[in-house]
Amino acid sequence: MALETTTMTMTQDPILKVEHLSMRFGGLMAINDFSFEAHRGDITALIGPNGAGKTTVFNCITGFYKPTMGMITMKQRSGKEYLLERLPDFEITKHAKVARTFQNIRMFSGMTVLENLLVAQHNKLMLASGYTVLGLLGFPAYRQASREATELAKHWLEKASLIDRADDPAGDLPYGAQRRLEIARAMCTGPELLCLDEPAAGLNPRESHALNELLQGIRRDTGTSILLIEHDMSVVMEISDHVVVLEYGQKISDGTPDFVKNDPKVIAAYLGVEDEEVEEVIEQIEEIEGGQGGTKQ
Amino acid sequence: MANIASTTASAGTEVTARALRESVFAGLITLGLFVLFVGLKTDQNIRNELILTQRWGLLAIFVIIAMVGRFLMVAYVQPWLARRKAAKAAAPEVAKEESFFSRNFSRIAIVALILYPPVIVALFGIQGSLKWVDNFGIQILIYVMLAWGLNIVVGLAGLLDLGYVAFYAVGAYSYALLSTYFGLSFWVLLPVAGLLAACWGLVLGFPVLRLRGDYLAIVTLAFGEIIRLVLINWTEVTKGTFGVSGIAKATLFGIKFDASKDGFAALMGLPISSVYYKIFLFYLILGLCLITAFVTIRMRRMPIGRAWEALREDEIACKSLGINTVTTKLTAFAMGAMFGGIAGSFFAVRQGFVSPESFVFLESAVILAIVVLGGMGSLTGIAVAAVVMIGGTEILRELAFLKVIFGPNFTPELYRMLIFGLAMVVVMVWKPRGFVGSREPTAFLRERKAVSGSFTKEGHG
Repeated sequence: MALETTTMTMTQDPILKVEHLSMRFGGLMAINDFSFEAHRGDITALIGPNGAGKTTVFNCITGFYKPTMGMITMKQRSGKEYLLERLPDFEITKHAKVARTFQNIRMFSGMTVLENLLVAQHNKLMLASGYTVLGLLGFPAYRQASREATELAKHWLEKASLIDRADDPAGDLPYGAQRRLEIARAMCTGPELLCLDEPAAGLNPRESHALNELLQGIRRDTGTSILLIEHDMSVVMEISDHVVVLEYGQKISDGTPDFVKNDPKVIAAYLGVEDEEVEEVIEQIEEIEGGQGGTKQ
Repeated sequence: MANIASTTASAGTEVTARALRESVFAGLITLGLFVLFVGLKTDQNIRNELILTQRWGLLAIFVIIAMVGRFLMVAYVQPWLARRKAAKAAAPEVAKEESFFSRNFSRIAIVALILYPPVIVALFGIQGSLKWVDNFGIQILIYVMLAWGLNIVVGLAGLLDLGYVAFYAVGAYSYALLSTYFGLSFWVLLPVAGLLAACWGLVLGFPVLRLRGDYLAIVTLAFGEIIRLVLINWTEVTKGTFGVSGIAKATLFGIKFDASKDGFAALMGLPISSVYYKIFLFYLILGLCLITAFVTIRMRRMPIGRAWEALREDEIACKSLGINTVTTKLTAFAMGAMFGGIAGSFFAVRQGFVSPESFVFLESAVILAIVVLGGMGSLTGIAVAAVVMIGGTEILRELAFLKVIFGPNFTPELYRMLIFGLAMVVVMVWKPRGFVGSREPTAFLRERKAVSGSFTKEGHG
């Protein structure tokens, strides 16, 4: 089944194309000439050791950083293309339909769970309320839109199994529930690409299993493509169709989970190698690179 | 049974013994501390020689106060507090049914305010009611409106604004100048003053968009001072420190409130008095306050209001949800400034005179203090705080009887700021989140549960 979807989606058009992305902070090259593609309907995982630059890539994609070089193209279902590096941060969610979550959860902790999801539907509701003016005068259009927004929020609360806590302050939720709420909130913006920064961090096995199901449900029901950074290999290997490995700002591997799992470069990056084995590994790598170079046009 | 009685009795004697012991210690410490400060005093005699005056009596009073105080504290107050705490812990948390009064507090308050002028007139007579309607009614309501306006900026959007009085000044001068130079009526100028102040809100908003917290506070403070200095120095237009006087009064559908033949009193067949105008102004500011409250409550339930609160909670998360934080901040500044401006033009029409002295930093501080004391974001709490703070200051003027105690030179008004500060410290210790610390959610699925103040953030600017 998993194989089928990958082969099927591989032929499809890419939803996100990152080309020659570089990000320099002063003298530090955090990302160096990084390119990859995320395919529509896929779950793409971005992995790598700590400090590899994964979150920096995310921040470039979602507009929190302006990349030093490179091009990030988001292609919507309608065929419309957006160059994300040129858009201001909030327009990336508003127009390009890319939503994200954060490594350290960012909730509106003093607002209720339901309110959190309503805030996420800001742009839609703003339009319905005639930029506040019509809503202030009590026009029915806004009331209708507000009811629909609550319905959508309810839908996602049920998906994230948070419906019982809808009227509680978000800050009162346990950690795992906050993670799910953040994902539900991002989904309320109606994204085509959902970027998750370590969604399973700090979750226990049961919670991360629930998270897997939530993510697969999102992909199945809405066709939203997912790009995620993750350290939890059980999540990565189980749900992702495509894995990109980053080390020191450079791509070292790119392919199906099985391919990446057995790539000696990835193993070396994660586990490190002993001094006497270094040459051996380098040889191996060169061999593989030679082989890969052939396949890579 | 007798056993228990004897144990409590022995516990009682034990406490008394301990209290006595501690009171002796307290007395000794006081003696040691004050023997040189109070017991001995250096003085000059007629020949300019330094002599020592001994004041053992005064020292004894100090020591006795300390001893008695300590004794009462240990013997009675501490056991009482401990008992109360134990009783509280023992009694299970009973779900308190909210009383009729607290459920309908705002409705009762509005009805009370509408009935206030006639009741006062009935109680104190026509001339006697002037002070109560003007100093207590109108004065407090102006601050309620200002604080509700500032609440949008500080309480909802979490942007600390120390120069709010600038918008008040813009509103007041807009009315004062436009009515004296162009003869426009109050009813035309009321919205104009609001719009002009809102424009100034935007003007302030643009440069400070990138600032947060302390930096934002300093810049807004500077902005408030700039407006005041412009008013002082632009003498050709604003007449500088002399201020603008003789500002036209408001009219009720063209009926003037004066002693003329077609004035309000003559038309209604009432004795001529200035109190009708004050009562009219009272209802006017009450109406303006209610509009402010209505707009604020409505806006909180709209996407823009939720975006303001979300901005207070987490600005980065707002951006990630596609909210344009620039326009969101600017609308908060503009809305807050607009209500400030409208209150300002009302202030001008009520005083008939405006000068830069009315718009000093202290006013901003008082308005901000009301918002913080009331509980940021809560309209009811802020209204209560305004009554306490402004009403409290006004009451100090009424305490003439204190002169009997403290001598004829005692003026209670001078202690205003001291009491103000003390009151703030007390309230902040007792209720750190203000009178109403919880937040009312703007939407709910099953039941509306107030959000405890420990979850809401104050905003980072």
